[in-house]
Amino acid sequence: MASITTSEAPRASVLSSLTESRGFLSAWFMLPSAVLLLVFLTYPLGLGVWLGFTDTRVGRAGIFIGLENYQYLWDDSIFWLSVFNTLLYTISASILKFVLGLWLALILNENLPLKSFFRAIVLLPWVVPTVLSAIAFWWIFDSQFSIISWALMELGLIDHRINFLGDPTNARASVIAANVWRGIPFVAITLLAGLQTIPQSLYEAATLDGAGRWQLFRYVTLPLLTPIIAITMTFSVLFTFTDFQLIYVLTRGGPVNATHLMATLSFQRGISGGQLGEGAAIAVAMIPFLLAAILFSYFGLQRRKWQQGGGD
Amino acid sequence: MAITETRNTVAGDEGGMGYLQSVPRRVVTIYLPLLIFVIVLLFPFYWMAVTAVKPNEEMTNFNDFSPFWVVNPTLEHIHYLLFQTSYPGWLWNTILISTASTFLSLLASVFAAYAIERLRFSGSRQTGLAIFLAYLVPPSILFIPLSVMVFNLGLYDTPFALILTYPTFLVPFCTWLLMGYFRSIPFELEECALIDGASRWQILTKIVLPLSVPGLISAGIFAFTLSWNEFIYALTFIQSSENKTVPVGVLTELVRSDVYEWGALMAGALIGSLPVVILYSFFVEHYVSSMTGAVKE
Repeated sequence: MASITTSEAPRASVLSSLTESRGFLSAWFMLPSAVLLLVFLTYPLGLGVWLGFTDTRVGRAGIFIGLENYQYLWDDSIFWLSVFNTLLYTISASILKFVLGLWLALILNENLPLKSFFRAIVLLPWVVPTVLSAIAFWWIFDSQFSIISWALMELGLIDHRINFLGDPTNARASVIAANVWRGIPFVAITLLAGLQTIPQSLYEAATLDGAGRWQLFRYVTLPLLTPIIAITMTFSVLFTFTDFQLIYVLTRGGPVNATHLMATLSFQRGISGGQLGEGAAIAVAMIPFLLAAILFSYFGLQRRKWQQGGGD
Repeated sequence: MAITETRNTVAGDEGGMGYLQSVPRRVVTIYLPLLIFVIVLLFPFYWMAVTAVKPNEEMTNFNDFSPFWVVNPTLEHIHYLLFQTSYPGWLWNTILISTASTFLSLLASVFAAYAIERLRFSGSRQTGLAIFLAYLVPPSILFIPLSVMVFNLGLYDTPFALILTYPTFLVPFCTWLLMGYFRSIPFELEECALIDGASRWQILTKIVLPLSVPGLISAGIFAFTLSWNEFIYALTFIQSSENKTVPVGVLTELVRSDVYEWGALMAGALIGSLPVVILYSFFVEHYVSSMTGAVKE
């Protein structure tokens, strides 16, 4: 189109033909985003990798020390504990979010009264700032005045208060529960959008063929929902894996590092402890896991194209 | 297409096969689980609100007062928060930073999305993919190198540190969302305008942008909410109390090591959540449809 414009107006000045040229215009249009992203995203990403090879501290430029940070981390049991915690946190929270989110999506997909009202309030935990809802959870998980402990004691189910955030196992379960609470709405609403694209006629046909409720779910809903499940869960896994806020508010990695994730450990060593180089090395160590998750999802998307019978 | 749609409605497609289920069965399989989900998802907000207006003696005395209810509601905590802490300043900072970074990101994203989706320069597909990948780079990896940069640029402890770094996650997101929106605008409109002699700039401002107002609104709301909720950059790049944002201020200034001011904390969390909740409730339909749309792309 641009070439037609330029050839049709040979008398136009060089300037106007230049502003209508596709390449020139595109370059100008891409400029603001490109500058912002190259300066504040691509460059820091490279800088982070570089910092991981130096002994930079707060207020002092570092020198290249090769793999020393990584060698140190390799022998650091707290680092390996944080890797284990991150994997445990990501895997268990993601599975729970998926199962509960899918269940909620299936419920919301039914013909309910006040349908849009329910959809709106279900999304609330996702809209509210994580730090602020985490503060509410902090109060709910208080060792002395926890409402959960009180309610369970009133019901006679337990005889002493639960030490939610003081005991390693309880603390892990508590932060996972808070993360699941916050993540369910996103999973549920996106899967609901996927469910609504499935034609009713498929269910009717399957019912005529004698399929039961479980078979309808297993052989109609699930296969057609797989592509959107792949995308939703990739996002969910990525954001859970790199989570920082919830842990920072609830436990700061304690008790005895039982809930330290790689992101919180990186913050603790890099910013609070001032060892920027070591903090950057921990952050860089997260990248292989993230790449693995993205590749996993990429093959999920491949399958989507194949399912729809399209090429490319 | 139209015929199939009419047939579907005639066949009562709206209700699906729900009529095949009996009422008691629906109660057990649908209404009861839904009720539990709603209670669990909303309880922390209720608890936040109740604690924010609860006098201190009721808060710690579970024997004489039921913790689920307030006997003598008080505005003491909210008064303390608004007049004896820097909370109003944090609110103002958050509004300023979120608005500025949203505006900046939307401006950059509109041009980028239009160039990628409609100018179709060579390499536009790859650029689109690169922008999508940029969205997958998490702030937890970037905050250490960014803090070094922010310090060297002399932006440490200023609002500009946040206004300039928030676009790293806002621009990819908004561009991706707007690309989807521009794709839905028919090419023919632009072709007509081109034949009538409109320049690309005129096409963008007079045709594409007016048609994509709903898309711009949802991108704007998303960007505003994301910047309002941001925590790790604000925690790392801001030091002095008067420059903090709400999430950071509430956590670092209201929490003192010995005594927790639970009432004030909950009031701070509640008031800090209200702006995004109000914004969200006005545009909830936009929000839900564009969120699902962005994921489906």
